[in-house]
Amino acid sequence: MITFDSVSKRFPDGTLAVDDFNLTLPSRTTTVLVGSSGSGKTTLLRMINRMVDPTAGSIRIDDDDISTLEPVKLRRSIGYVMQNSGLLPHRTVADNIATVPLLSGVKRPAARTQALELMDTVGLDRSLAERYPSQLSGGQQQRVGVARGLAVNPNILLMDEPFGAVDPLVRSELQQELVRIQKDLAKTIVFVTHDIDEAFLLGDQVVLLKTGGKIAQVGTPADILANPADDFVNTFVGADRGRRALRIEQVSGRQVVVDGTGRIAGILNDGTPT
Amino acid sequence: MNAIAEAVAWIGDPAHWTGPDGIPTRLAEHLGYTGLTVLIAVLLAVTLGLYIGHTGRFRGISIGATGALRALPTLGLLTYLAIAFGFGIRLALIPTIIVLVVLAIPPLLAGAYSGVESVDPRTVDAARSMGMTEWQILWKVEIPLALPLIIGGIRSAVLQVVATATVAAYISLGGLGRYIIDALPVRDYTKVLVGALLVTLLALALEGILILIQRLTVPAGVRATRSA
Repeated sequence: MITFDSVSKRFPDGTLAVDDFNLTLPSRTTTVLVGSSGSGKTTLLRMINRMVDPTAGSIRIDDDDISTLEPVKLRRSIGYVMQNSGLLPHRTVADNIATVPLLSGVKRPAARTQALELMDTVGLDRSLAERYPSQLSGGQQQRVGVARGLAVNPNILLMDEPFGAVDPLVRSELQQELVRIQKDLAKTIVFVTHDIDEAFLLGDQVVLLKTGGKIAQVGTPADILANPADDFVNTFVGADRGRRALRIEQVSGRQVVVDGTGRIAGILNDGTPT
Repeated sequence: MNAIAEAVAWIGDPAHWTGPDGIPTRLAEHLGYTGLTVLIAVLLAVTLGLYIGHTGRFRGISIGATGALRALPTLGLLTYLAIAFGFGIRLALIPTIIVLVVLAIPPLLAGAYSGVESVDPRTVDAARSMGMTEWQILWKVEIPLALPLIIGGIRSAVLQVVATATVAAYISLGGLGRYIIDALPVRDYTKVLVGALLVTLLALALEGILILIQRLTVPAGVRATRSA
C-alpha cells in the first residue's frame, strides 16, 4: 500500500505542482493517475521513488516513511517504465533488462537467464536479445522497458505514460499485454496517462487530477462514469459530448449501440462472449 | 636540388639516425614531452570536464577560463616561466610541460564536458530512476556514450601539443625542435625544414591512429541502425 499524506511540491522556480495531496493506493491493484499537462501526475509518480522529494507532507510504502529510505536502494526495489523506454543505447536488449539485477550483484549467467524469461513474459522473441535498442521498433522498445521494470521482481511498478509515444494499434496491443501481465503478477502498479480511455481500461482505481494535483474524483471506472463528481469530470470523461451516453437502436434485427453524437459504437449481444 | 629533396636526403642519411642528435633520439624526446603533457592534461581536464558535464556546475566559468588560456602566447609564457622561477632554467622540463599542458587543456575540457552533455538527458534520468548511483551513471552510461567526443578532444590536444613541443628546444631541451632552433642561427635551412617535416609527419601519424581509436570507441548500439 502506498499512502500520500498531505503531500505538496513546490519547485525552486515557485511552481506549485502538487498542493496538499492525499491518497491511498491499495496493494496489488492498478491505480491510474490521469490528467492534462500541469496536473502534477508525473511529479506524484516520481515522488514514490524519490526522483522528486516533496516539500511538505509524507509518503509511506506500507509502514515505511520513504524519506527515511536511501533513494538508490528504494529505486532498485521499484520498477520504473518511462515514455521513451529510456533504454541504454550502448547495451543489448538482454543487458538492458538485466541492468538492475547486475548492479545488485546477481551473477551474469543467472541475470541473463532471467532476462530471457522476462522477454517471454512481455511477448518479445528471444532472438532479439542481442539487438541494440536502436534496432527495435517503438513498440518493441517499450516491451523491453516493461521487462526491465519487472527485472527485480518489484512489488511496485511505476509507469509514466509508457505507451504514449507508440501508434494507436501498437498501444492497444501493449495495453492488452499489460492487462494480461497484471492478471498473472498482481503488482501494485501506478500508471500515469493523459488518455482517459487508457485509464478506464487499465485502472482498478482511477484518479482524475486537475491543475496542481487537485483530485477531481477518485473511484473505479464504473463509479466515475455513473456518478461524475462535477462538470470537470464530465468534460474529461467525454460524457458532456455524448461520447459516453449510449443508446440502443434496432438495425436489421440486431441491436446496435449508438453514442450521443449518432456514431455507431458497437453491436449489443446477449452477454455471451463471442 | 630543391629544398624538400635536400631535406628528404638529409633524413635518409644513415649518419643522422644515430647518436644523441639522431632522429630516433629526437623523436623519442619529442614523443616523451607530448606523452607526459597529454597524460597530465587528461588527468586534469578530462576529470574536470566529466565533473562539469555530469553536474552542470561551473560550466560558464570553465568556458571563459579555457577561452582565456587559448589566448596565452606559448613562447611568451615559456620565457616568463623559465626566468621568473629559480628552477626554470635548471629544470627546463617543468616550464615546458606547464606551457604545453595549458595548451592541451581547452580541447580536452571541451571534449569531455560536451561529450557528457551530449548524452540524452532522458537516458540519464532513466538510469537514475532504476537506482544507479551517480558514479554508476558516470561510468556505465555517460562515459561510454561520451567516449568518441572525449577521444576527439584528446586528438585535437595531441595535435596541438606535438606541433608546439618544438618550443622545448628553445629553452635547452631536446625534441624535434632542436633541429629548427639549432639550424636557424647558422642559416641551415635544410635542417630547419627537416625539423618541420618530421614534426608534420609525426602529427599526421598520431592523428591517423587517434581517428582510428575514435571510430572504434563509438558504442556498438549507437553505430547500429535499425536496418542492421
